[in-house]
Amino acid sequence: MTAKLDPAALASPSCAAPVEPERVILSHGAGAGASARLLAERIFPHLDNAWLAARHDGAVIEAAGARLAFTTDTFVVHPLEFPGGDIGSLAVHGTLNDLAMCGARPLALSCALVLEEGLALEALERVARAIGAAARAAGVPVVTGDTKVVERGKGDGLFVNTAGIGVVPAGRELRPDRVRPGDAVLVSGPVGCHGAAVLSVREGLAFEAEIESDSACLAPLVEALFEAGPAVSCLRDPTRGGLGAALHEIAAGAGAEIELEEAAVPVTGPVRAACEILGLDPLFLASEGRLVAFVPEAHAETALAALRGHPLGRAAARIGVVREGRPRVVVRTALGARRLLPLPAGDPLPRIC
Amino acid sequence: MRFVDEYREPGAVLRAVDALKRASTRRWRIMEVCGGQTHAILAHGLDALLADAVELLHGPGCPVCVTPLETLDRALALAERPDVTLASFGDMLRVPGSRGDLFGARARGGDVRVVYSPLDAVALAERLPGRRVVFLAVGFETTVPAVAGALRVARARGLANFAVLAAHVRVPPALEAIREAPESRVEAFLAAGHVCTVMGTAEYEPIARRLRVPIVATGFEPLDVVQGAALAVEQLERGEARVEIQYRRAVRPEGNPVARALAFEVFEVVDRPWRGIGVVPAGGLALREAWAAFDAERLFPELAGEAPPEPAECRAGDVLRGVLRPPACPAFGTRCTPESPLGAPMVSAEGVCAAYFRYRVADPGGREAGVA
Repeated sequence: MTAKLDPAALASPSCAAPVEPERVILSHGAGAGASARLLAERIFPHLDNAWLAARHDGAVIEAAGARLAFTTDTFVVHPLEFPGGDIGSLAVHGTLNDLAMCGARPLALSCALVLEEGLALEALERVARAIGAAARAAGVPVVTGDTKVVERGKGDGLFVNTAGIGVVPAGRELRPDRVRPGDAVLVSGPVGCHGAAVLSVREGLAFEAEIESDSACLAPLVEALFEAGPAVSCLRDPTRGGLGAALHEIAAGAGAEIELEEAAVPVTGPVRAACEILGLDPLFLASEGRLVAFVPEAHAETALAALRGHPLGRAAARIGVVREGRPRVVVRTALGARRLLPLPAGDPLPRIC
Repeated sequence: MRFVDEYREPGAVLRAVDALKRASTRRWRIMEVCGGQTHAILAHGLDALLADAVELLHGPGCPVCVTPLETLDRALALAERPDVTLASFGDMLRVPGSRGDLFGARARGGDVRVVYSPLDAVALAERLPGRRVVFLAVGFETTVPAVAGALRVARARGLANFAVLAAHVRVPPALEAIREAPESRVEAFLAAGHVCTVMGTAEYEPIARRLRVPIVATGFEPLDVVQGAALAVEQLERGEARVEIQYRRAVRPEGNPVARALAFEVFEVVDRPWRGIGVVPAGGLALREAWAAFDAERLFPELAGEAPPEPAECRAGDVLRGVLRPPACPAFGTRCTPESPLGAPMVSAEGVCAAYFRYRVADPGGREAGVA
């Protein structure tokens, strides 16, 4: 039976125009405020548990007397290859680094590929070769995986998801809520190299710069740090959203203020130059082979020396301190003034002037 | 990095601050015109360093902020057309019109691209012959020559599918309007150095004379801003009102005649509404009749809409004229934030309200600039 449409209903003021549904925008994936809200409002309420609530890079699960770290990450970088790396090595390093930020020694990786119809098999094999090489170099096998193909136009060539498990040795308790006022903030090297390297080859933005991604597996650096014996409150790799977003997350998790010493943050000359030209801030560009360590003041020198003693941490620096106060990030400028470090609004965009 | 490091070196900046304070017998009110300068002042904390000698009033100089709502709405309507690819600079894409921003239009299926140069938009038109590529052109006189050059290239290549939606604005008429406003508190201007790089300083001479106001063409690094303020203070102390150039490494009095000729071959001066300020006589630039075939305003006349009203609560006009400091606005940081702005200066990263929201640990008035 067909219902008759009542013309009066159409004219009725109660028949409001349909509300435009909210949609996903790119900022939701940029690792900043919009990402956090998307998770908090639309996803976490349906999955609520203590591990997610810790807002760490991975979860630590106790099973059969062991503490297992478990994490996953999906890689959608464009272009697939960039100076100093490619999506394959990045997918291995990214997940291994999330495990390392839990203090875990990695055991095994999984790898799932989403391939777009039309992708050159040769390009696929290059990525597979890179995944294999990076996993072998880290001494961690890829033990399981999955492959799916989507129609042309439904994917950006190739997406990679990796997951990893590792074992957390006794005595390692790394979480944002363990960060305390008085902790020193250390970074293992110059920030923003990965973000600048990818931007330098992105369509429409290409500029000539000798900037290589810092993509690297941080597990050996973390082991070197713990071998030196300092107490460590938390580790974080400043990937999407850069150092700035990482510090905001930790400040929120710790319920404390972080004061960043602007002049102490290591940034390479080419990255600074690229940022000047594009109107970007290196504090918000991703690193894929750096870590930020929060260490009680009494252990700061030991930790810094341990980082500097490893090839991945040669240029490590002390960049700030955690203070009592509202959860926020304050920058002490080179001129001695204090200002807020803003939370990035989304992916860094080149400015008009 | 040369041309940057020496203008940020803390010792040099602090020495210049001391010299300025010694030269100043009272607290002068100086307006920096450009959002880039405002950004530098707040990011480096210069306003606090200079506070004894100078009150820095922040000017209207963020072209993204003053782009009128009706232009943004027109860009949104263009982006929603299935035959149009809309291209613009990155920071335009986040600026909300009355129905959302261009990123939202993209999420709903619109073809919206970020370009770094107007020439990239021309290249896009060449690559997409079946689509109409519209470049949303914003900016002060600084960016106009590049857009004019891109139009010349498009015409030379016979690209009938390329057009420009122009929202360019001119600085000098805005300075006059601000200085002449009855409630004006401005005693000297730091003019935008990059605008003068193209335009030179000649058009500021009559303004300085007629309105008895020192105008110093100033750069964007901390030392530039302090030096510019120091030159303005020297003039104010001596009772002078001249045009001076602080940004000598980039600005000559005659500007860049080649770039200027290119700009005015394509564009002409028109009255233009500035968001938050209203119509500024001779305050904008539009495509000349001879370039009508590339003018999105003429090509898509059906998209011209009424100017939607701004929220009554927003006091952007007072802020942009230096009458109201952002943290003193009742809506600041509460009902008006960068994520849900009431008005223009909270919109762009370089807008003055956004700069306060992002950078200020606490205002001298005691109100904390909140952090989300």
